[in-house]
Amino acid sequence: MATRYFGKPIRRNEDPRLLTGQALFTDDVHLPGLLHVAFVRSNYAHAWIHGIDTSVAASMPGVVAIYNAEDLGDYWKPGPLLLPPPPVEGHVFHQRTQVPLAKGKVRHVGEPIVVVVAESRYLAEDAAERVVVEYEPLPAVINIEEALRADAPLIHEGLEQNLNAHLVQHKGNYEAALDAADVVIARTFRYDRGTAAAMENRGIVASWDGKSEQLTMWDTTQAPISIRNGLAGMLGLSEKQVRVIAPFIGGGFGPKIMMFYPEEVLLPWISMRLDRPVKWIEDRHENFFSTTQERGQVHEAEIALTKDGRVLGVKDVFLHDAGAYAPYGLTVPINSQCTLLGQYDIPNYYSEFHAVFTNKPIVTPYRGAGRQHGVFVMERLLDIAARELGIDRVEIRRRNFIPPEKFPYNNEIIYQDFAPLIYDSGNYAEAMDKAVQLIGYERFLQEEQPRLRAEGKHVGLGLVTYVEGTGIGPYEGAKVTVEVSGRVSVATGIGTQGQGHYTSFAQIVAEQLGVEVENVRLVTGDTAEFYWGAGTFASRGAVVAGNAIHAAAVSVRQKILRKASDEMEVAEEDLELSDGVVRVKGSPESAIPLGELAARSNPLRGAVRPGSEPGLESTDYFGPERGATASGVHAMIVEVDAETMMVEIKRYLVVHDCGVVINPMILEGQIHGGVAQGIGNAFYEQLVWDENGQLLNASFMDYLLPTSDTVPHIETDHVATPSPLNPLGIKGAGEAGAIPVGPLFAQAVEDALSEFKLEILEIPLSPNRLFELVEAARTALDVPHG
Amino acid sequence: MKPAPFRYLAPTTMDEALDALSHYGYEAKLLAGGQSLIPTMNFRLAQPGVLIDLNRIPDFDYIEPTAEGGIRIGAMTRQRQVEQSTLIAEHVPLLTAAMPYIAHVQIRNRGTIGGSLAHADPAAELPAVISALGGMLIARGPDGERAIEVQDFYVGLFATELAPDEMLMEIELPPQAARSGFAIQEIARRHGDYALVGVAVHVEVDARGRCSHARLAYFSVGEGPVMATHAANLLVGEMPTHALIREAAEQAGKVDLDPPSDIHASAAYRRHLAQVLGRRALTEAFVRADVALG
Amino acid sequence: MEKESEFLVTFTVTVNGRQVTHTGEARLLLSDFLRHELNLTGTRVGCEHGSCGACTVLMDGQSVRSCIMLAVQSNGHELITVEGLGVSMQELHPLQTAFREKHGLQCGYCTAGFLMTLVPFLQENPHPTEVEIRTAISGNICRCTGYQNIVEAVKLAAESMSTEVSAELSATLPPHSHA
Repeated sequence: MATRYFGKPIRRNEDPRLLTGQALFTDDVHLPGLLHVAFVRSNYAHAWIHGIDTSVAASMPGVVAIYNAEDLGDYWKPGPLLLPPPPVEGHVFHQRTQVPLAKGKVRHVGEPIVVVVAESRYLAEDAAERVVVEYEPLPAVINIEEALRADAPLIHEGLEQNLNAHLVQHKGNYEAALDAADVVIARTFRYDRGTAAAMENRGIVASWDGKSEQLTMWDTTQAPISIRNGLAGMLGLSEKQVRVIAPFIGGGFGPKIMMFYPEEVLLPWISMRLDRPVKWIEDRHENFFSTTQERGQVHEAEIALTKDGRVLGVKDVFLHDAGAYAPYGLTVPINSQCTLLGQYDIPNYYSEFHAVFTNKPIVTPYRGAGRQHGVFVMERLLDIAARELGIDRVEIRRRNFIPPEKFPYNNEIIYQDFAPLIYDSGNYAEAMDKAVQLIGYERFLQEEQPRLRAEGKHVGLGLVTYVEGTGIGPYEGAKVTVEVSGRVSVATGIGTQGQGHYTSFAQIVAEQLGVEVENVRLVTGDTAEFYWGAGTFASRGAVVAGNAIHAAAVSVRQKILRKASDEMEVAEEDLELSDGVVRVKGSPESAIPLGELAARSNPLRGAVRPGSEPGLESTDYFGPERGATASGVHAMIVEVDAETMMVEIKRYLVVHDCGVVINPMILEGQIHGGVAQGIGNAFYEQLVWDENGQLLNASFMDYLLPTSDTVPHIETDHVATPSPLNPLGIKGAGEAGAIPVGPLFAQAVEDALSEFKLEILEIPLSPNRLFELVEAARTALDVPHG
Repeated sequence: MKPAPFRYLAPTTMDEALDALSHYGYEAKLLAGGQSLIPTMNFRLAQPGVLIDLNRIPDFDYIEPTAEGGIRIGAMTRQRQVEQSTLIAEHVPLLTAAMPYIAHVQIRNRGTIGGSLAHADPAAELPAVISALGGMLIARGPDGERAIEVQDFYVGLFATELAPDEMLMEIELPPQAARSGFAIQEIARRHGDYALVGVAVHVEVDARGRCSHARLAYFSVGEGPVMATHAANLLVGEMPTHALIREAAEQAGKVDLDPPSDIHASAAYRRHLAQVLGRRALTEAFVRADVALG
Repeated sequence: MEKESEFLVTFTVTVNGRQVTHTGEARLLLSDFLRHELNLTGTRVGCEHGSCGACTVLMDGQSVRSCIMLAVQSNGHELITVEGLGVSMQELHPLQTAFREKHGLQCGYCTAGFLMTLVPFLQENPHPTEVEIRTAISGNICRCTGYQNIVEAVKLAAESMSTEVSAELSATLPPHSHA
């Protein structure tokens, strides 16, 4: 299909505002009479609260109010469960959700206990420092492998153990696979916690106007509509009285959707109570404790193969760290469970997990959302199998790929959207061929690596595959309007955090209406502009909102053609939309500007005919029957300084399939950013807790985000298997870059340090950890130092 | 994270600053570049009652040659000025070479050489570099000026020989021998991070090619800059060879240092890195001193 | 008894060519002064401990981190924030144009810090190599782009600025003294 705007690398509509400092972020909202909030947060991971003394704080200058859990009265209640457990037979699920302010007990460091409201943030912090909380510290559950032990401290009263959930899914019969196997490989894999660390911390400005009885809340959320609906319910207001605005958001990556963060519950309540606007801006230190995190899992996994490398079955039993509360349901561990099978045609699968409570911050999805773990386990098992069976690592993957003719491919388990895990489309061998060729796999292994090794250089190659379930329902909607000015406005409820929606969504509309992308103005994330929707998560924005916008744009196009056909007395088929006008094909002088047509569609005289509507506007919705499955191959070449264990990435390649692409420039940006976060996760970022649950690196000095000198140039290429599940053929792309970097790093480093025969079974790594692994290998293999 | 309230004084002469310092004593903090102090205050880990801002005092930033052929640097000289000084590049190239390792340009634009030296962060480059160069620190207090040899200046974790009413005024670096070499080596996770381990090396070689003088100052391995004296003693009086350098670096790691463990590196890893870096730095330094290593 | 006034300071600073006098608490951070007193919200705060670079502004032409400076320390100096960089949203600084052309920003939160770091860098290094660029921005954290397109944008900006002669840059920036 020849396109004008769709599929083109068009520069972004939102950039001038962002580049000149004119874009509105939450902390930029200034209102007359604005009050500021600071929290007193728990110093302990697990403790009884025996008393709270706010008397000194209350007398401090500028303090307006101080509240604790008791002050909230009936408003205090545990948050809702965002997603119920999936309909899988025999599952166990214990609901324990976070509370607005801790009452009686704290369950992780940083849990809010008291909120101080003052005339400035400086004064609020002064007073918060003087609040005295009397604690009785309790032993804490930090290591997930100890959470279910009989002697583990109990985090939630009323439960028999620290069990959040237990769930088993299976396909085929793994025991039968075992019987038929030539080789069975079993290993334990560990994947530890990191944090999303969006550059913008969270923040809220809540403003209750008592006279108009309207609540307006600016919130760094990825899901403004859900926040509005929930808030209205909690506050006893009509949804029409609550407007939630997610303005420009400085990165989200998942944790900015939690429903509800304590601060989101408290700020509007405080504003209503004091009848003044109130602001809370999370600081970076708070962010390390009060924003959700991800990634602690331990897998006991097993793979059964024939001697020629054909996978007969996989068994995986894992522990998932839910943190102190589990408001998000089981999305993360189910993603782990459902992504493990990857690109492979595996007849038998047994997967069982226990999600456990620990005295650490809450776990909710962060870019990748559990998929990393599954990919890590499977790719590592294949690497180990390849080594044991003497099969090339690319070859063992090829032998197990789901062939193109088997799509749609049913994995016979249930995905995070509770729909069957059926891959819609893919061509895995094609992407692999491309990757092998582009990274120069054969030549590297046969020529370059031996040559460089002879020079004493430790170079290695990694190559792994992954799938990503994207674009899940339930639905999104959009309203497309041609304005009298000729500009087109698009409203959707989804919210945006930097993915370029102002541009990619505009391209979809521009394509249908023949207007310049710059003339399409998107409003997103403001509940006053669009009433319905779910939010930005699970790599679904482009797929779900994109197709809703497409549907609305197609409807508006039809209205334009119908109206123009009436006005011009020509058949619709003879009309074309281009350059902001509708005209008779081949007859430029016949053109009517769309703005004028819009005006004629909303006349001051004459009636709108029965069955028709005024204006050139349409609202449409899109809900996919299930998610679209994106996929890809990542490859990299590293050089390890075998003395210092510093790792340098010499090349990084991504071959990616996310179906039809709206804007390749934006897509590549998403991949680059995802890879950078993956590199952080694999080698730089790790939250380090001591045995008492104190976080030892709660700053950007000690929590190492990747910098420009640690992220390499990333080469990209694409394969496109359109999704049959939506009219545009799109698959999501937001998380793909981040998902497979762990096993890639492990494989490449093992290859570079091959003389030590390392088996890397954990992520994150670090030079220090590599040193330990290599030293252990030296001892075992009796290899002396250089 | 906002700092707690404090009284702010901006003296315009050194005497005024010293008066304020002796008046407020421990209650006061000196604000030089502020690149370590203000973050600590933002975290409210430091809550000085009084902040004495030294940035309004004129003629506190200078780089000058001494009569003996060395260099003297005013304590309030910005790190970026040091980095860009041709005089320093010519006379003490080790110092020039060290500067890019210190954080990032935005930090060096504000950070001062005196501030960094007096802050005495064990992971900082400058205390080790000045130690390797055998610098002299000039302090002033109510009783006047005194010169403190750098090896006497650092007395513990974030602790210096400076009395609470004393202020670092100037850093004096001795002239370099005719045939000398230097190197700075560090392992940091990312550019500009504090090193896991680092070492600054200064060596001098006599006319016959013998090592006449050697100083290895490690950082991020102890409570302050740590001098590897065993290693240096092995070298002095000897013809440098690869084998000797390797032996000296091993001694440094095994004997001279007792590094701590923290979340970034274990003691064993630090000790190992110290040996690797010592070897690399000594090699580089002797090559710079025109030694053909056997 | 401490008087509140002992904690107050008055200072005068030139921001984007406009002279401002302010009286307030000495502890007010420069970033908060710019954002919340002058409503120059284009300067953003990412960490408040000088580790992310988002709050970078120019003081007397040099890049500094405004979250670890007191506002009073700008007394008598000249500041330029991102609002003072280009002429308008329609007429961007060549560096801003290059960021747009090369997709050097996603959420845009860290962007002002990169721009303000790069302005003096490109003045000092009109023809930087990739390694020099990557070193120059290594004190600025971007969580979205993976840096690649930022590096490409800097290359493009260097190219376009050297062809347009650096007069363009001096014309768009108010004059300042090099300390």
